[in-house]
Amino acid sequence: MKIEVIAFGIAKDILNSNQVTLEMEEQSSVADVRQALVDLYPAFQGLASLQLAVNADYVSDDYLIKENDEVVLIPPVSGG
Amino acid sequence: MLNKEELIRYNRQIILPDFGIEGQEKLKSSSVLVIGAGGLGIPNLSYLAAAGVGRIGLVEFDEISLSNLQRQVMYKTNQAGESKGKSAVKMIQELNPNVSVDYFETRLDAENALEVIGDFDLVVDGSDNLPTRYLVNDACVLLGKPLVYAAVFRYEGQVSVFNAQRKDGSRGPNYRDLFPTPPPPEMVPSCNEGGVFGALTGIIGAMQANEAIKLLAGLGIRLDGRLFLFDSQYFTARFLNIKSNSENPVSGDHPTITELIDYEAFCGLSEVENEADDITVQELHQMIKSGNAPFILDVREPYEYAISNLNGLNIPLSNLENEIGQLSQNEITVIHCKSGQRSLKALEFLKKEGFSKIKNLKGGILAWQKEIDHSIEIY
Repeated sequence: MKIEVIAFGIAKDILNSNQVTLEMEEQSSVADVRQALVDLYPAFQGLASLQLAVNADYVSDDYLIKENDEVVLIPPVSGG
Repeated sequence: MLNKEELIRYNRQIILPDFGIEGQEKLKSSSVLVIGAGGLGIPNLSYLAAAGVGRIGLVEFDEISLSNLQRQVMYKTNQAGESKGKSAVKMIQELNPNVSVDYFETRLDAENALEVIGDFDLVVDGSDNLPTRYLVNDACVLLGKPLVYAAVFRYEGQVSVFNAQRKDGSRGPNYRDLFPTPPPPEMVPSCNEGGVFGALTGIIGAMQANEAIKLLAGLGIRLDGRLFLFDSQYFTARFLNIKSNSENPVSGDHPTITELIDYEAFCGLSEVENEADDITVQELHQMIKSGNAPFILDVREPYEYAISNLNGLNIPLSNLENEIGQLSQNEITVIHCKSGQRSLKALEFLKKEGFSKIKNLKGGILAWQKEIDHSIEIY
């Protein structure tokens, strides 16, 4: 199934885009998405502690994603 | 309670539905602490003072610099080098003499945060670094103060209200529910390193002030439990729902943080671990004065080198791998950048390539300007 990954902040640099489409197996969890991102983009390891949001909600790592879900990557930013 | 001048001054908000005299009186009897008088702090201070918040506290220790003026629109060109805090206090007093101002000319830290924050009803965080953000969050949770959070990076801004008291007496989520673990420092570039769009700081800072005023006047629906994200480059916005995590170390079921901690260390910014590879600006200055000047490698971008430099060889960090042939392993080499972050990466790279006579200039050219040569242009 296809899911969309939406990136903010430094995650945009790592994905080299503000949005990428990932092909995931059915019954994949948020933890699987995190691993897929590390495999595809080794620099994402630096953000591996990031909580991921699916669509409009922050979810736990065992949350199962569905086709066309949007996984949102929001690293902390510190500027003021 | 409100005098005639105040009734006229605040007329446009007093006549608002849900605001009224009552809302104005609540503002007048309330207090806000604003952390930082920078890109976010300035719109906050301006709107909070204009709206008639009774007492405003400001924590700021920095000076106005030329590179602030692109976004910190309250400061004037001829004020470069002056105290930000003093200038901001004067601005507030001129804008609205009804407001009393408490100015804390200090860096907020684990020693003073509880005392400073404890004296205010609400905190607005406009700081510019991750350790301070965790510090302010934890202090607010420990003291039971609502925190209006915002942060900016490049074209993006984040806003939320943390630790807000709900009708049932419970508290809304906080920063640690959103970001439980800080990523490594290189994953959290500051505005100095990553840049920031000027008008964005105005937009996000004004949203923050808007939430603060709503909280104090007790109106509207608060940004509690939600993170607002705005990407001004693509003009997209998003809300994300944040839940309280029962394992949150400061507000969860079994808190392990019951007093403030070392936030520099928590964010991986402790300098101790790399001390052996560091050289201070005083040490470098001494070497040069005694005729033992080392080879200086400047890993900043050429446009930064053009503003000011220490007569080093300029090879930007991104180009170091290609240009490594220009360096000698036999020569004592001091690497520097603006503040010491990029030069640390360069040092780690060169170590892997077999270089051993290399040192990282602690604090970079900023420290050199501050400690050794004030005439150097900084940015």
